[in-house]
Amino acid sequence: MQKLAIEAYGLVKRYGDVTALNGVDLTVEAGTVLGLLGPNGAGKTTAVRVLATLTRPDAGSAAVLGHDVTRDGHRVRQFIGLAGQHASVDEDLTGRHNLRLVGRLLGLSRRDTAARAATLLDEFGLADAGDRPVKTYSGGMRRRIDLAASLVNHPRVVFLDEPTTGLDPVARGALWDRIRALVAAGTTVLLTTQYLEEADALADEIVLVDHGRVAARGTPTALKRRLGTQTLDLRLADPARVDDAAALVAAVVGAVPTRLGERLSVPVTDGAMMPAVVRRLDEAGAEIAEIALHLPSLDDVFRALTTTEASVAA
Amino acid sequence: MTVSLAVTQCATLAWRGIVKIRRHPATLADVIFGPAIFLVLFVYVFGGAISGSTREYLQFVLPGMLGLMTLLATMGVGVALNQDIEKGIFDRIRSLPTLRIAPLVGAIGGDIVRQVVAIAALLGFGLALGFRFSTGPLPVLAACALALGFALALSWVWVLLGLLLPNAQAVQGLGAVIIFPLSFASNIFVPTETMPGWLAAFAEANPVGHLMEALRGLMLGGPVARPVLITLLWMAGFVAVFAPLALRIYRRRSLTS
Ligand SMILES: Nc1ncnc2c1ncn2[C@@H]1O[C@H](COP(=O)(O)OP(=O)(O)OP(=O)(O)O)[C@@H](O)[C@H]1O
Ligand SMILES: [Mg+2]
Repeated sequence: MQKLAIEAYGLVKRYGDVTALNGVDLTVEAGTVLGLLGPNGAGKTTAVRVLATLTRPDAGSAAVLGHDVTRDGHRVRQFIGLAGQHASVDEDLTGRHNLRLVGRLLGLSRRDTAARAATLLDEFGLADAGDRPVKTYSGGMRRRIDLAASLVNHPRVVFLDEPTTGLDPVARGALWDRIRALVAAGTTVLLTTQYLEEADALADEIVLVDHGRVAARGTPTALKRRLGTQTLDLRLADPARVDDAAALVAAVVGAVPTRLGERLSVPVTDGAMMPAVVRRLDEAGAEIAEIALHLPSLDDVFRALTTTEASVAA
Repeated sequence: MTVSLAVTQCATLAWRGIVKIRRHPATLADVIFGPAIFLVLFVYVFGGAISGSTREYLQFVLPGMLGLMTLLATMGVGVALNQDIEKGIFDRIRSLPTLRIAPLVGAIGGDIVRQVVAIAALLGFGLALGFRFSTGPLPVLAACALALGFALALSWVWVLLGLLLPNAQAVQGLGAVIIFPLSFASNIFVPTETMPGWLAAFAEANPVGHLMEALRGLMLGGPVARPVLITLLWMAGFVAVFAPLALRIYRRRSLTS
């Protein structure tokens, strides 16, 4: 079996004046999850479309399971499943009919198609809604039927373009579990997302793209380590103790907190700082009304990583 | 890609169009009531003036209407195809190992039901209004088959427009611009004798005119062989020119977008 399920070198794609991809390299090992992370317009969808043979790159090359996506597109399409950014199911048909359409196009027999459709509807919690037209589905149900449609043929490589955008937290968690189950069964997954949290939860490796370029790559832990900081925010019950508490926090964390009313905010490198701060303030009798440890937002990640790259280059 | 899989794929995509009709029979309203309204309007508004009697005009115009209705119904192919592209359904189909031409053939195949309904509706209303065939059942069936075949061949033009134009409104708008001159500058509604020379020449060359002549011959009697042959040649021409063109545009569009 191929070690690299997806490999892309120097992908370039231009739309008129816009350079959607500006030399993107990426590789995904078979059976792992790559999270393609980036803000709006970064080029995530374009990259997925190139890899899924829907768009031809202007330069560079890419292969899926060893088959070139431009020269051998037909072969590639036999191994992949794609759930695009916008659900691409037929709204006038029922969920079941949509799945059957895909099954028949793939050349499954009528009987196998019907069985597969039933299984997928079950797995995605759509058994009850299966015989309703998709246009009556909620946003989350549409996402799920779209994902189900991309899995009819047990694809070995699955592309998911922002699979959880617009889902509520419960639905998102359920979809994460589905994706984990796919990976456990040996499927290779490339998913795009704007949420660091999502990439962190699912991806073995993250590629951060911005303006069509790779801004950073690595395992979630490595990226976070590189980024360094989380933020500890706290609010004191007694506003009179704020100065006092600020000094105590500074002593524990080793950095001076910024003050905003009765709130204190301080960067920490280690999540274990939080209990230490709680203990210290408790000993001093400064009651904490609220305390939270924040992961860096995607914004922070970007600012930090792009400036890091820039300063490395300088 | 085996031949049987290719056929299954085209049939599956055509099936999709048919399932939709079954679920939403209201989408057939245009092909059912369109012919009825056109027929009533033309026969009772123009009939007396053109032929002296509405009954005589009905005999003259019904075969022409058969042609016009199938032409109008073909527009649906382009509109549906365009919507599929816009809604991303084409992306789904294209990300599967399908034959490139399958979605195009499927779009046309899925339209056959609409065409058949349009033909049945028109003949039904015509008979109710007093139209009488003066040939036999076989020539009438042949006329229906010819009209259907012509519509399917012409559908390739719509497939091309559906691929080229940005949205469904544009397809419909341009469609009207193409269909109306083709149908009015012909012998559908009036004999061409009273037209000015240049228009009569256009009407004479107009493929729709030959289709009309063939349909009249098959339904009312008269020369059949020549107009049928010319119509078949036009049909072959439409497919030979527009199918490869559509396929090329489809390929290009799918690679550059
Ligand atoms: N078909 C197209 N025609 C013209 N420009 C395009 C086309 N597709 C993408 N672009 C442009 O390419 C750039 C990258 O777009 P892309 O859709 O890949 O971004 P993305 O990372 O998926 O963004 P989002 O998070 O908003 O989905 C954008 O500037 C976009 O406007
Ligand atoms: Mg996108």
